[in-house]
Amino acid sequence: MEKLQCKCGHVNPPGTILCESCGRSLTEEEQHKKLADMRYEGTARRSQTYNKSIIDKIWNFFSSVKIGVSIIVLLLIAAAIGTILPQAQYVNVPVRNDETIKAYYADVYGEIGKIYHFLGFHDLYSSAWFIILVGLLAISLIVASLDRFVPLYRSLKNQRVLRHRSFMNKQRIYAEGPAPEDAMEKAEEKLKELKYKVTLDKNGLLAEKGRFSRWGPYVNHIGLIIFLFGVMLRMMPGFYVDETLWIREGETRAIPEAPGYFLESKDFTMETYTGEGDEAKFEEAIDRVGSVAKNYQTDIVLYQTPDESLPGATDEMEQVKEHAIKVNQPLKFDGYAVYQMDFRQNELRAMTFDLTNKETEESLGTFTIDLVKPEKSYDLGDDTRVDLMGYYPDFSGFENGEPQTETPVPNNPGFLVRMFTPETPDGEVSFIVIQNTIEPLGENQYKLTFQSAETRDVSGLTIRKDRTLPILGLGGLIFMIGVAQGMYFNHRRFWIQRQEDGELVLAGHTNKNWFGLKKDLDQVSGFASLPAYIDQQEEIEKKEKLKKEQKLEGDELS
Amino acid sequence: MTLAEISSNLLYAAFIAYLIATFVFGGAVKGNKEGSFKSEGRWGKIAFTITVIGFLAHLGYFITRWTATGHPPLSNMFEFTTAFGMTLVGGFIILYVLYKTPVLGMIVLPVALLIIAFASMFPSEVSPLIPALQTNWLAIHVSTVVIAEGILAISAGAGLIYLLKVVDMNKKSKQRFWLEAIMYSLVLVIGFVIASTFFSLTGYQSDFTYINKDGNEASVTYNMPALVGMNEYTSLTEGTMEPFFATPAVINASKVTTVLWSFFVGTILYWLIRLIARKRIAAIFKPFVKNVNLQLMDEINYRAVIIGFPLFTLGALIFAMIWAQIAWSRFWGWDPKEVWALITWLFYAAYLHLRLGKGWQGEKSAWLGVVGFAIIMFNLVAVNLILAGLHSYA
Repeated sequence: MEKLQCKCGHVNPPGTILCESCGRSLTEEEQHKKLADMRYEGTARRSQTYNKSIIDKIWNFFSSVKIGVSIIVLLLIAAAIGTILPQAQYVNVPVRNDETIKAYYADVYGEIGKIYHFLGFHDLYSSAWFIILVGLLAISLIVASLDRFVPLYRSLKNQRVLRHRSFMNKQRIYAEGPAPEDAMEKAEEKLKELKYKVTLDKNGLLAEKGRFSRWGPYVNHIGLIIFLFGVMLRMMPGFYVDETLWIREGETRAIPEAPGYFLESKDFTMETYTGEGDEAKFEEAIDRVGSVAKNYQTDIVLYQTPDESLPGATDEMEQVKEHAIKVNQPLKFDGYAVYQMDFRQNELRAMTFDLTNKETEESLGTFTIDLVKPEKSYDLGDDTRVDLMGYYPDFSGFENGEPQTETPVPNNPGFLVRMFTPETPDGEVSFIVIQNTIEPLGENQYKLTFQSAETRDVSGLTIRKDRTLPILGLGGLIFMIGVAQGMYFNHRRFWIQRQEDGELVLAGHTNKNWFGLKKDLDQVSGFASLPAYIDQQEEIEKKEKLKKEQKLEGDELS
Repeated sequence: MTLAEISSNLLYAAFIAYLIATFVFGGAVKGNKEGSFKSEGRWGKIAFTITVIGFLAHLGYFITRWTATGHPPLSNMFEFTTAFGMTLVGGFIILYVLYKTPVLGMIVLPVALLIIAFASMFPSEVSPLIPALQTNWLAIHVSTVVIAEGILAISAGAGLIYLLKVVDMNKKSKQRFWLEAIMYSLVLVIGFVIASTFFSLTGYQSDFTYINKDGNEASVTYNMPALVGMNEYTSLTEGTMEPFFATPAVINASKVTTVLWSFFVGTILYWLIRLIARKRIAAIFKPFVKNVNLQLMDEINYRAVIIGFPLFTLGALIFAMIWAQIAWSRFWGWDPKEVWALITWLFYAAYLHLRLGKGWQGEKSAWLGVVGFAIIMFNLVAVNLILAGLHSYA
């Protein structure tokens, strides 16, 4: 395609509709229109100009508003489908793997669940096709913006003050007629007072205000692209940490993915509303639902090992800070945040037993088994001791006569012990679980009686580090600025020229809010005695309406 | 009178004021036979004054409840929905000042009444905040959302008026069907309110045990006669209605029962209205919208979106993400409420692109405005009550 040279001498890029310089119509079609198409200043958009190569076709595809809206609608529908049944991440299964998840959907939701899972809707938002759809939206955002922004920018930058008469009288707001000598000067004065930027050239004047609002749509699209870029970055290693840490009261543990940092749990507290005192007003609500949680809190101390110490060495730890981690009040350090997410109360910590003679109920002494670090043997003095032959923290039954443990967590501790007393120097074997004692090698003289248990709470903490947050925040901010810029401001222009015959010609244009433009013009006209203007759009509509009514009347008559 | 009692009385006062104002607005519009602005303006002014009084009472309810509970009254279904009614009226007041349109009041106020009535079907006693809600972000996030949704609902109101005027009710068409469907769904809300109020006044209660979807036994109380039963239910209350059939464990039959009763009562009411009026409900409104300035309605529809959309972005996405990052450790988790907020946002983004890029103005814009409101209501009602997630505070 060739470049278009206008009668005024300006060379326009191929596909231009209105000359960038003087505003003359360059196409046959445009010349016959009553009003100029000012949407993109009549510039040459690539998508409207070329349609030959594959690249042209792809470009044109993505620059179309219709395609953009279609992608938005597809995303909207897909997102809605994902809420019909819960997503896999919110499903509760005892052991989490593909098989159990699949079984869960089939068991709980039947046929529908099976189909839902089969189509991959249980993990819809991380499915390839959903991500591709978001990617297509991003491409559309970029291409559609560039297609419009580049020519628009060129054109608004190169505007000339003097426009051709045919450009002027095709503007929606138009006026021509005689005016006093000083009309131009007075108009300039008033326009400047109204905060217009005024440029003069020979016999003409261009007043412009709010051009930056034209960039609004592109700015908000940039914001969205930055946001999507930030989301993409989280897939890169090092940008994003998401770990879980279960920590018991009294424990000190290394924080996963945070080298050199250690956390000690001092205390876990869970409170519920009592409905008394200050909370009396909540009594009715509390009664209705049973109980309402008031606080989940883990009091912690954060430690750090010096840089030079070996990895995992804890002896040189230095205290960094103390903090009460609550919901909405995470612990923050060095770009990390630690959240109160879960808890288990009253996990067994230690159990105290009494070695007693079954018949006389005489006690030979008590001892305490630490359930985390049990000892091999507990010496009670006077040739009396208890040997711990086996410890099964989460006893789940016997297999081939052997006691089994399901997990290493002391949920249901079982002890295989041999008790030595002066009376039974060879020892008696006993197997003890909560509320049950088995004597596998025959009747014993002695037994262990459970005295008391010490428990402690376990806090479920989540460790996060998200270095993309500033990027996401920036994207959001730019989006909001762009939206405000484009929606709440508008680009108003007036062109005024004095003709050789002394008459004035005036044209006005705005991208939105014509009411505001007219209000400005009324002030300027009144002050500078400019010729009366007409709204050509309204004129056209009025004529059409009249024609319709006449036609209706005609129909009725005939 | 305690502060909480004052608060609920103020809400009653607001409700009654809106009810009166609806009729006065209707009178203002209907009485204006020759289409002059004068008589409409006079009665419109009176109706507007009553609306403002109602709004002040509504605001009074909000402030006194805040003082009484010690936290912003935006923490459960009753409080949020009531506030939604308030922002809807607030949005109308602003637009009335700008455009002086009594007909908008005649449509928006009944919708606000329905919303308040719907809200009061939920437990309204003051309740304490769970840990996740104990932060200033509750006020910041929820109030921005509720204001944005109130303004977006105005867009639907203007759209509805536009449709009531342009859709030909004498000729069979898709438009006529869907417009009447909108009116029918509004009547269903009345059906829900009537059914709930009736059974709660008569003190209906019937207890069941059932097997939930995890295979455990649970109990449930129906406040309406059980039409459908929970999974493997056992009735505990003698002399109450036995369900016709049981449903699978994933379906909450007690909620289904409520929905069925609402449909039942609402549908009867709908046909009663049609029998008495001898025309479609949308056609009843025809004489009221005769003098409506279509261009102005289109303008209000669009104006409401360009104010509501950025506010919605800020409240329902940006503030929501900041709070989610603080409370739940992630700014986005594809929780149903989050997803539906995104859907709402995408929808209005499509609305704006179609209007600005494809010239979808007038009737098309009006339909989009109404659909947007439907999505917002879905997110409020269905997502809270049916699609259980982190936001199910009802």
